[in-house]
Amino acid sequence: MSDIRESTDRENIAAAFDEELDPEAAEFTRLGFVKVIGGIMTLAYAGAIGYPVYKYLSTPVEKSAEMAAVKEVNLPNLDKLPKGSAYMFKFGVRPSLLIHHADDTWTALTAVCTHMGCTVAYNTATAGIECHCHGGRYDAKTGENISGPPPRPLKKFVVTVAAGSVTVRRA
Amino acid sequence: MTTRTQEYLIERLGLADVIAVARKKTVPLHKHSFWYYWGGISLFCFLVQLVTGILLLLYYRPGPEAFESVRQITFETHFGWLIRSVHNWSANLFLLSVFIHMFSVFFMKAYRAPREFGWFTGLGLLGLGLVFGFSGYLLPMDELSYFATKVGLDMPSNIPIIGPPLANLIRGGLEVSEFTVQRFFTLHAVILPLLFLPLLGIHLWLVQKHGNASPPEEESKPIVERKSIPFFPNFLAKDLAMWLITLNVIALLAAMFPWQLGEPADPLSAAPVGIHPEWYFMSQFQTLKVMGRLFPGFAGEAIGMGLFTVGMVLWLLVPFYDIRALAAKRAKTATYFGIAVVGGLIIMTIWGYLAV
Repeated sequence: MSDIRESTDRENIAAAFDEELDPEAAEFTRLGFVKVIGGIMTLAYAGAIGYPVYKYLSTPVEKSAEMAAVKEVNLPNLDKLPKGSAYMFKFGVRPSLLIHHADDTWTALTAVCTHMGCTVAYNTATAGIECHCHGGRYDAKTGENISGPPPRPLKKFVVTVAAGSVTVRRA
Repeated sequence: MTTRTQEYLIERLGLADVIAVARKKTVPLHKHSFWYYWGGISLFCFLVQLVTGILLLLYYRPGPEAFESVRQITFETHFGWLIRSVHNWSANLFLLSVFIHMFSVFFMKAYRAPREFGWFTGLGLLGLGLVFGFSGYLLPMDELSYFATKVGLDMPSNIPIIGPPLANLIRGGLEVSEFTVQRFFTLHAVILPLLFLPLLGIHLWLVQKHGNASPPEEESKPIVERKSIPFFPNFLAKDLAMWLITLNVIALLAAMFPWQLGEPADPLSAAPVGIHPEWYFMSQFQTLKVMGRLFPGFAGEAIGMGLFTVGMVLWLLVPFYDIRALAAKRAKTATYFGIAVVGGLIIMTIWGYLAV
């Protein structure tokens, strides 16, 4: 500090504050400040770009979720579905089965196998539900998993049959 | 990242070699250094186009549904208007910065040996950029884009003999239709990127290989008087700062002036009043209009097209006739030619906008 011309800015500042000159500490605070500001700026830009892009990408997901949230589906003319047969329809976005049993009772179930998500089929010969992917079988009246890999029963809906239509409601 | 992870990656990936090359690379520092940023700005705009273009691909449907899908992107998809607006604004900024880049290269005489192929590939990239702009403009299939394409494709159909069949092939029919949209989409999203990316790779390689050119008055100085800064990290940091500014400009323009969507194209409606091409085609449009007035009939268009062709060939071949070894007078000729071209483009563009 003897020669003024040799002293750097940092030394001048340190001297001005009458502090013990510790170059490393001064370096850290200045660098640290820049790092924090830089980090905040980077996060702000990442958010300002990332959020619109995420929302843009997820638009169809939201629409699909909205469709999936339906409480009730009306199926016109399906009261005339013959006994011992089934009809595949969409409950929201998921394939579902409406079954008119031989004893004139009705059942509606989701047609998505609880094992790995294949769409199940109604077998008119055995009057049961089976999954062709891995051989899972379900009871057509209760949706109970009878044999094969499915871990859970198929979800049941509430069926209301009226003249001219069938209404299927979430249980 | 910790120092140990850094050291690990540098060692295992051989990054030391890359850093050594990057450190050796320098960028000349002089009063015209500002113009060195414009190639980088063009590159950044292109990257924005790449990203937003891929995002638009997720929802855009070419063919008969083109307008409806752009309507859905603009009004029904979250931030779809923003992505589309950024794509449009960045496209315009891309062409603007490429033009600035090209003219700065021209006036700095950076096309001279050994950088001739930097000039040729650069002009190729500009040409592809203009086709990108022309083909992308049709894709929303609204009234304006429909007529712009109709008029634009009328130009090649005036070339004798091969013109009409060529225009029909590009159009996919005698009139602009959903087939044209499908073709322009294929061109815009598949063919042009396939051509553009390798050409860009060569262009960037050449910049790396030959380095930045200094203007002649700088090169005439003795080596000790010339200043330069290291590319890494000094110039790169400045480059990235420019990219950040560009990003902010694009974001501001896109948010404050969202790109509009007109009425759906109707082949049976008359062209809207005051229809005109995008600014980067305006000077050519106006020149053809003026030529048509001076020389009525086919002659006007032929003279106009002939003038463009001669001008473009002269422009392309400038590295061959503006050579260092020749006298200074010759060097000035190229500069005057450049000034005439810039002046002509600006005057015809302004005239074009005043005339609409």
